[in-house]
Amino acid sequence: MAYVAVKGGERAIDNAHAWLAEARRGNPDVPDLALDQIQQQMGRAVDRVMAEGSLYDPELAALAIKQAQGDLIEAAFLLRAYRTTLPRFGYAAPVDTAAMALRRRISAVYKDLPGGQLLGPTYDYTHRLLDFLLAAGATPPAAAEAAEPAEAMPRVADILAREGLIETHTDSGAEPGDLTREPLAFPAGRDIRLQALARGDEGFLLAMGYSTQRGWGGSHPFVGELRVGEVTVEITPPELGFTIDIGDITLTECALVNQFKGSKTVPPQFTSGYGLTFGHAERKAMGMALVDRAMRAEELGEDATAPAQNIEFVLYHSDNIEGTGFVEHLKLPHYVDFQSELEAIRRMREEQK
Amino acid sequence: MTTISGYNFAYLDEQTKRMIRRALLKAVAIPGHQIPFGSREMPLPYGWGTGGIQITAAILGAADVLKVIDQGADDTTNAVSIRRFFAKTAGVATTTRTDAATVIQTRHRIPEAPLTANQILVYQVPQPEPLVKLEPSRAETRRMHALAEYGAMHVRLYEDITRFGQVAISYDYPVMVNDRYLMAPSPIPAFDNPKLHQMPALQLFGAGREKRIYAIPPYTNVRSLDFEDHPFRAGRAPHACGLCGSDTSYLDEVVVDNEGGRLFVCSDTDYCETRRDAGHAGDAA
Repeated sequence: MAYVAVKGGERAIDNAHAWLAEARRGNPDVPDLALDQIQQQMGRAVDRVMAEGSLYDPELAALAIKQAQGDLIEAAFLLRAYRTTLPRFGYAAPVDTAAMALRRRISAVYKDLPGGQLLGPTYDYTHRLLDFLLAAGATPPAAAEAAEPAEAMPRVADILAREGLIETHTDSGAEPGDLTREPLAFPAGRDIRLQALARGDEGFLLAMGYSTQRGWGGSHPFVGELRVGEVTVEITPPELGFTIDIGDITLTECALVNQFKGSKTVPPQFTSGYGLTFGHAERKAMGMALVDRAMRAEELGEDATAPAQNIEFVLYHSDNIEGTGFVEHLKLPHYVDFQSELEAIRRMREEQK
Repeated sequence: MTTISGYNFAYLDEQTKRMIRRALLKAVAIPGHQIPFGSREMPLPYGWGTGGIQITAAILGAADVLKVIDQGADDTTNAVSIRRFFAKTAGVATTTRTDAATVIQTRHRIPEAPLTANQILVYQVPQPEPLVKLEPSRAETRRMHALAEYGAMHVRLYEDITRFGQVAISYDYPVMVNDRYLMAPSPIPAFDNPKLHQMPALQLFGAGREKRIYAIPPYTNVRSLDFEDHPFRAGRAPHACGLCGSDTSYLDEVVVDNEGGRLFVCSDTDYCETRRDAGHAGDAA
């Protein structure tokens, strides 16, 4: 039979992209999804994409979600690829989460504390019953509003620290590393580890954090505090020489209180794990804090035997853009290598006869 | 072809290109040694050749002629996609002819036609660490490379011989570069390994996801690992190309019917076309 060498990769790609665009749009009788609808009504998806995409821009995240048909890892990838092309104008000062404009703040270690418990917009106590009124497009009743906005509240870690009960950290003055500029190297400092976790996959952090609770590197965690709200981002442009406020971003911060460290000479203190993410992302921040604490095992003189305590294992596998790339690349043609395997296995079988 | 606006020549900004060139210079100075570099997130996924793409972007000049192959072929979808990327972002001339290219980016093959000192071969590398299947920790493999502690790889080859009567690695077959560093040649078939040795062209290897660059400078000794009583050998399908009749090229096996029918054709599409243009014909032509 006649054989025609496979040609037409270009046409196949063009056709595939056209079909993809059509599938993304869906039935044209249904109204096109607007970016502000995604931004307003799929906020948690937008937040996740900003966190894993390492770029705080709700509008672009909404576009990425639309372009990726709601595939959030694909959307985070779109943001990452865009982010790489952006020039860096400067570096912000560390944000002050103690001054956060809070919409939610809870502590599991005190019944009440200065500022109180602020439940905020949480799913925690909803009954997970599908809401058919929502399907029918019902408008929710207005939520009650406080007479005045919540005041800045002290962080629980600071309350414990006043009594010397929890470890404190001082600024070493060293420039924090940046994984997006310099490749990962070991030993990896906590700055690099936290950056990797903040960009890391929520599902991965959830599973690794969960594993520590089930005995694979347990650290006896309490949620010292979980807070969600807006913080101000400030930069000091060299041409101005003074600090300016460039806007607010939403952050979720989780501070764990974990079991003690101490010695004959140093009185015992609680240790801590820390999680901080863009947007409202409690599961991610908590997973991050559990894994951060687990990775400190060696530093705190504990046995490091569980997967979550293995820094190299966690850091090399937390990034879902890297992970999805390498897993999915198996779809690319590998027939040249497979041919060499075919020849090898045929030769081995022949020689064994 | 018009280039895309809003992006720098060949996509990457000049500072990033300089960073990559510094890594390349270091790589050329220490043949076979993996140099960590600040790999960027590219608009193509990790695993699709981001390492090779970043190297190509860093070395490409306006006068270069680019050829991109995947599995030896210019018309495989990923080769098409990468060639388009550079046509769009750099506006460089592209070719499918091996002898007309100044830069050849490849995945999984080395062209059949010998390359010259005026050419650069850029490999896409999924896994730069040759010791990875023996030792997953990169902190540990770095130490093994520093001490040239490669006994474990020889033991692995020996175990293959005891179990299968031969070394059972058929692609990404480990090589010693310049008698010093053990190196993964990327997943080229072992058939291509001899071409690495004393090649006149500069060979550059980019692993984007793993953030490593390494190189084989022109005319460098590259030896595939073996034993005196079990010398390196690499196979090809024992057939002639059905289209051009070549009985020395690396062949793809194409399943042509449901009755076990097979057609063997050159994996290097330019090599095959060039031979056919010169009047050679195989049984199926």
